[in-house]
Amino acid sequence: MTTAPSPGLRPAGPPADRTTAVAARATDLSKIYGQGETQVVALDRVSVDFRQAEFTAIMGPSGSGKSTLMHCVAGLDTFSSGSVRIGDTELGALKDKQLTRLRRDKIGFIFQAFNLLPTLSALENITLPMDIAGRRPDKQWLDTVIRMVGLADRLGHRPSQLSGGQQQRVAVARALASRPDIVFGDEPTGNLDSRSGAEVLGFLRNSVRELGQTVVMVTHDPVAAAYADRVVFLADGRIVDEVHAPTADSVLDRMKRFDAKGRTS
Amino acid sequence: MFRTALRNVLAHKARLLMTVLAVMLGVAFVSGTLVFTNTLSDALQNQSAKGFDHVDVAVTPRWKEAEGDRVGELRELTPDLVEDSARVPGAAQAIGTVQGFTALAGKDGELIGDGFRSQGGNYWGDEDPRYPLTAGRAPKGEGEILIDSETAKRTGYEVGDTVRMSVDGPVLRPVVTGIFTTDDGNVAAGGSLTLFDTATAQELFGKAGTFDEIAVKAKAGVSDAALEAQLKKALPADVVETTTGTRLAEEQAEAIASSMSGMKQGLLVFAGIALFVGTFIIANTFTMLVAQRTKELALMRAVGASRRQVTRSVLIEAFVVGAVAAVAGLLAGIGIGAGLRSLMGTLDAPVPDGPLVVSPGTIGAAFAVGILVTMLAAWLPGRRAAKIPPVAAMSSVHAKATTKSLVLRNTLGALLSGAGVAVVLAATTMNGTDGQAPMGFGAVLLIIGVFVLTPLLSRPLIAAAAPVLRVFGVSGKLARQNSVRNPRRTAATASALMIGLTLITGMTVMAGSLQKSIDKMAASAIEADYVVSMANGNALSPDVEKKLKRAGGVTATSPMRNADARIDGQTEFLTGVDGATIEQLTEFPVEDGAFEVGGARVAVDADTATSYGWKAGSVFTVAYGDGARQKLTVAGVYQPNEMMRGIMIDTATLAPHEPDPADMMVMVKTSGGASDAAKDTLEKALGTNPAIQVQDKKDLSNEIAQMFTLMLNMVYGLLAMAVIVAVLGVINTLAMSVFERSQEIGMLRAIGLDRSGIKRMVRLESLVISLFGGVLGIGLGVFFGWAAGELLGTTMATYELVLPWGRMALFLALAAVVGVLAALWPARRAARLNMLQAIKSE
Repeated sequence: MTTAPSPGLRPAGPPADRTTAVAARATDLSKIYGQGETQVVALDRVSVDFRQAEFTAIMGPSGSGKSTLMHCVAGLDTFSSGSVRIGDTELGALKDKQLTRLRRDKIGFIFQAFNLLPTLSALENITLPMDIAGRRPDKQWLDTVIRMVGLADRLGHRPSQLSGGQQQRVAVARALASRPDIVFGDEPTGNLDSRSGAEVLGFLRNSVRELGQTVVMVTHDPVAAAYADRVVFLADGRIVDEVHAPTADSVLDRMKRFDAKGRTS
Repeated sequence: MFRTALRNVLAHKARLLMTVLAVMLGVAFVSGTLVFTNTLSDALQNQSAKGFDHVDVAVTPRWKEAEGDRVGELRELTPDLVEDSARVPGAAQAIGTVQGFTALAGKDGELIGDGFRSQGGNYWGDEDPRYPLTAGRAPKGEGEILIDSETAKRTGYEVGDTVRMSVDGPVLRPVVTGIFTTDDGNVAAGGSLTLFDTATAQELFGKAGTFDEIAVKAKAGVSDAALEAQLKKALPADVVETTTGTRLAEEQAEAIASSMSGMKQGLLVFAGIALFVGTFIIANTFTMLVAQRTKELALMRAVGASRRQVTRSVLIEAFVVGAVAAVAGLLAGIGIGAGLRSLMGTLDAPVPDGPLVVSPGTIGAAFAVGILVTMLAAWLPGRRAAKIPPVAAMSSVHAKATTKSLVLRNTLGALLSGAGVAVVLAATTMNGTDGQAPMGFGAVLLIIGVFVLTPLLSRPLIAAAAPVLRVFGVSGKLARQNSVRNPRRTAATASALMIGLTLITGMTVMAGSLQKSIDKMAASAIEADYVVSMANGNALSPDVEKKLKRAGGVTATSPMRNADARIDGQTEFLTGVDGATIEQLTEFPVEDGAFEVGGARVAVDADTATSYGWKAGSVFTVAYGDGARQKLTVAGVYQPNEMMRGIMIDTATLAPHEPDPADMMVMVKTSGGASDAAKDTLEKALGTNPAIQVQDKKDLSNEIAQMFTLMLNMVYGLLAMAVIVAVLGVINTLAMSVFERSQEIGMLRAIGLDRSGIKRMVRLESLVISLFGGVLGIGLGVFFGWAAGELLGTTMATYELVLPWGRMALFLALAAVVGVLAALWPARRAARLNMLQAIKSE
């Protein structure tokens, strides 16, 4: 894996000819756990751009650093060196309080385990980030989001009264409702059956296509990745490949290739 | 299995500490109570046995019952009887004793002891075996006294010093001729004992030529019973009674034991409360431990541990915790016992010396309480642990709190509370003493009922706090919802505070109301500026009133003189007052006729009038103590109060029949009203007598207030314990909540709630739970205070409910402080939670 870069690998930094603005950018991002003998390199000088109104999937085998990359870019975790920018903000310079505010105002999250508050109704869960910020939700946008995820008749329900798929749709709506600059999903379909998973992924893709949302999703499922505009492959803490306009087959194909390479190298 | 359990105990040190602390406090309280009461009663008992060393048989005068017109009286022990006793073949010696109140002033002029412990007696002959002299010689005649060595040490008096003292009024200035040692219980307890020669003592105590008791010592080889039999034969049976010294010691021991048992029970009630509250903490802790280890326990089940083994491992853990806590609690309890003793020593109530008694019973109780309570509290969580299916090891989901229906619980709680309220209300309609038992029963029912109902009550009460919490934005909203999320747990936590605050508030309401009513009574009934009385409540010499009359600025005086009389074959007290001045000195509401006292016209209180069926104008016949009879006319019927009641008769009418008048108090009105100068004048007129107190209305009510204050302070002190346990309980519950909601907290952090927001959320939850308990407790306390007041009101005309708003606000603030303090650590923990791990820990 540490041999020459594969042909598809894009060089670091944004190409000059790109007109689309960048929502988030990691440059030479490294994350190292421990010291000396027990040192583990989770991210090894990773540089990657997430462009606005683009749906990016991050893929890779277990331990490849895909979740760590997402956590660092989303301001959930600290990194050892390099830089991360969300819009114009450099994350490395921020204190915990500023990071928290950034997450609140600029970032939406969708977790594998839904992570809804059981004491709040679906609507209250959706508006939670705005409640925390003490902001009034944009009514029109909220309606748009709720209509898109098809929850209009379920708003008063508690999470325990909703199915897994419905709960995750609430989580999607929560992530979109505050109009964040970028939405991060950590295996958002990992706990769902394939039909509910397809629904959720459909919403995410629609939010990108119709609402111009930026979405970054970590997944290990080629079918999920196929919903994205672009798939970035990680292995051993480095970006090893990238596929544009993927299909499930093309993603699976690439993955097999890494596997084969991994065995032969 | 045992090793696994032991490892678990050690793996969670913080939580272990909290559990141990909770159990320990309960055990410490129980064992401290036992150590203290055992030590005290042992010491008192040893002392009482010592006190009867010189008495093998005691001869006391017989009480002659009242009959017909004759009032009851004590027969007299004459010197002849002492000589007769000494002549009995088995008797080695017979000593006639007299005793009475004797106020001795220290060098600062203040009374030594508290009045009730200032005693005097006679020194028998030239060498009294009861009181070995350490210095000087026996007193001879009026101007000489002996003082006990403890008092000598305390006051600095030496042989040859002139001291000031008083028995019934006039100040005497005798010389100390000697100092003696004694094991008299009063002296050991901080009082003084002054001895005179026998004739002087008899004179001073108004018992010229007679004795209170004859102490007979047996010759060697003669048993107490044999001596008693001889005395019975030799002495007139209608005049004397005999009791052996052993029996006297036994009787005293019994009296001590029974007086101690009240205190012991009181202390044990508090210990019980502490333990009761502690039980919840223990149960909560083990629930939490089990929840935290679901995966581990499931794994044990998966690899083949039986349910019973899982339960047993939890119980073994409880046993270890209980045993450690019992040992620590016992040690702390011994400390508390010793501390209480020295505390009482400094509070002007010296307790007799004696070794600290740690009986096997105490040790047994400590271990039984510590280990049994802990294991019982851990039993349910242990059973729950066993029910974890082995597959839970794989699914890695926390055991979710079961939301069992509260219907049964609510029904039961409503029934108990309803019954409790009904019984308490019914009790308030009864009169004073009859209502006590039902009221206590109703109170217990109601407390248990409310306790059972707390989960139901938590929702509306906490919802009522919503507008306030809204100020705190999303943290407040989440705090409110979190606090009603597990109603049972919230209830158990709040109950700890509730019980403590119920007791505190109830006591405070009652004490405040009583104080107010006493103030009112003193203010409304007494017009006099000063009330002069003996420090120990004994009778004053009539001399005192004469002196007061002559004092400068005095415009009116009247004694309150008690005299026994017989009316219709019943003994009644006549209250002798000065008919000419009494109306200036008192102010009674008159129900019928006019308040008029003079000649054969008397004023009668409403209760007495009702019992005899008298009205203004009724005529009745009274038989005085000397047997003379007289017809008296009821001039008026007045409303009595706690301080003055009875048939008021002019002292002039009473005088011929009472050769030896005794004034309970003298009321004084001065031209300028009560002032420091006036008081000074009165005190000087009485020769600055240590035995006599001159009190204005404020002093009178303060004196009574002091009693309440002391009682309240003791209760507050004891309940501080319950509050500490309550804090531990809240900490525990919050820690558990934070642990169970770590994933949620992680998510909240991820989507943008900052650390201070998380802290605020936990703190507010703690505050909400604590205030909930506080509000319940204060509410119940006020109800009980009111109900108990209703009961008191039946015997106390001026009783009025006073709600101590300031104190109640303070208690609520205390509850809030409990909440804030308890949240410190859990809130920090929640804020420091590793966000990523929390999110991933699904």
